[in-house]
Amino acid sequence: MIRTAGLCAGYGDHPVLEKVSLQVRKGDFVGILGPNGSGKTTLVRALSGVIPVRGGRAEIQGDSVSVLKPKELARRVAVVSQDGEVRFPFPCIEVVRMGRYPHQRSWQMENAEDEEVVQAAMQATDTSELAQRAITDVSGGERQRVMMARALAQSTPILLLDEATSAMDVHRKLQVFTLLERKNLEEGLTVVAVLHDVNLAAFFCRRLVFLKEGEVACQGATDEVLTPETLQSVYRTEAIVQEIPGTGRVQVAFLPA
Amino acid sequence: MEKGLAYGAALVILILGAAFLTSGIGPFHISYETLARLWLSPFESSLARGIDDSVRYIALHVRLARVLLAVIVGAGLALAGGVYQGVLLNPLADPFTLGVSTGAAFGASIAILLGWGGLTWMGFSLLPGAAFAGALGALYGVYLLGRMDGRLQSTTLVLAGIIVSTFLSAWISLLKSLNEESVSTIVFWIMGSFSGRTWSHAGLVLPYLIIGGGVILFHARELDLLSLGDIQAQQMGVDVGRVRFRLLLAASLITGAAVAVSGVIGFVGLVVPHLVRLSVGPMHRRLLPLVMLTGGLLVLVADTLARSILPQGEELPVGVVTAILGGPFFCFLLLHRKSHIRL
Repeated sequence: MIRTAGLCAGYGDHPVLEKVSLQVRKGDFVGILGPNGSGKTTLVRALSGVIPVRGGRAEIQGDSVSVLKPKELARRVAVVSQDGEVRFPFPCIEVVRMGRYPHQRSWQMENAEDEEVVQAAMQATDTSELAQRAITDVSGGERQRVMMARALAQSTPILLLDEATSAMDVHRKLQVFTLLERKNLEEGLTVVAVLHDVNLAAFFCRRLVFLKEGEVACQGATDEVLTPETLQSVYRTEAIVQEIPGTGRVQVAFLPA
Repeated sequence: MEKGLAYGAALVILILGAAFLTSGIGPFHISYETLARLWLSPFESSLARGIDDSVRYIALHVRLARVLLAVIVGAGLALAGGVYQGVLLNPLADPFTLGVSTGAAFGASIAILLGWGGLTWMGFSLLPGAAFAGALGALYGVYLLGRMDGRLQSTTLVLAGIIVSTFLSAWISLLKSLNEESVSTIVFWIMGSFSGRTWSHAGLVLPYLIIGGGVILFHARELDLLSLGDIQAQQMGVDVGRVRFRLLLAASLITGAAVAVSGVIGFVGLVVPHLVRLSVGPMHRRLLPLVMLTGGLLVLVADTLARSILPQGEELPVGVVTAILGGPFFCFLLLHRKSHIRL
């Protein structure tokens, strides 16, 4: 589904990613973790065609990202970023409708199918009541939910999240991730989520990729790689990993030095 | 969409009404009855019988031509402003604040100084070409200055526009003093005027508005997506580099042509898109056609004021009128609609 081999990317004369090789299979739920400046956002941007691939390969469904037309790539991968500031006061529903762009021709208006997808995306993210509010007037967390609805309306097999729930409260965060987990299990949606919140990743992601200084420090199944040793080497912080009774999932507590 | 259509129809009626009313204003008296007969004479030639040729000439070749040119230029400048604001994500962007208009005037001044003003190529006057080159040069300079610190900042961009604009204005003044004969022509570039403009000027700028406007309206949906920022627009499937290039080129082409025939008319491109966005929202497919109509109407009214407000029958540059009307209005927008104008 997603495959990179020796991927290098960066900005100007500043290389960020160095020889990143990773693989995400169809139906995976992968968390990308790492300290600030480790290249998480750069990886998302390279995979979504925003910045050029400087070296190595980045493939989506078998095709190199560099040769896919923007619209074709946007039919395969939808991205939700942390900072979705919008300059003009679009009603939220119009922002969600923009997600249908890669499925439309120039000047084609939304048809019944588009409208159905848009409504479903807004219901799923609980944003229907925001429909007519201006995107510039809603709170940061609400805006992130609208952006999530927009990405779902894009109807792609792959969803890339870059700190997409950072401004949401706990309840909303869990609500969104539960929704994604359901779509992942029932519809085979492949989810790759860049997260700062290690515990959110520990709870929902089945595989984890740790980035450090632009390189993959460690990757594998969550219960295998999420260990105090990994956390110590990636974050340089002592941590305890313990199971939450009755859930079969683990949570992390970091200890100040 | 119905709301947009209703506004559009209302604006078209307003423009036609204003065109008719303002055609009757001027030092040479023409009654509205005579005007109506002349306007309808292409459909029914007997209506024009008995009307003096000089009256006919003034009504159709002086006033109507000027009215039409004012509408075309207003529509073009407002459209260009709407595009600059959308592409550069900058509520203060317009042909004037970005230095594009002054650049066009600079290009045209040089062409006039070198005596190229009257040259034509395949029926096209070279003057708009020189203005267009100036417009693009200024936009490129502003763009380079604006991203000197690595990323395109909205405030830096406007500062850069002011710097380039002031710098080029100074050069225009210098060129002016080098050539005493062309003083009046060059003053007209800086302040903007439709004085003495004819059908040929309207015919000169119209093709640019049609071609540029066509390109812009074709990409109206992409303008919506660009409002989410370059990165998100790209991730949603917009070929950002290509679309942005085409849009900026089209807007600068229109600006160049407009400035070539009428000089620098400020504030239209800045105020009109905000005004229309307040009433119909930011969706560009609905916004841009209405921006063109509103811009046309506004410049028509401003030009009528410019040519009739002084008691002795002297003309004011129309840029003076748009600035006097537009300045306070923009202050009002800034103070009362903070949510609409974010920097």
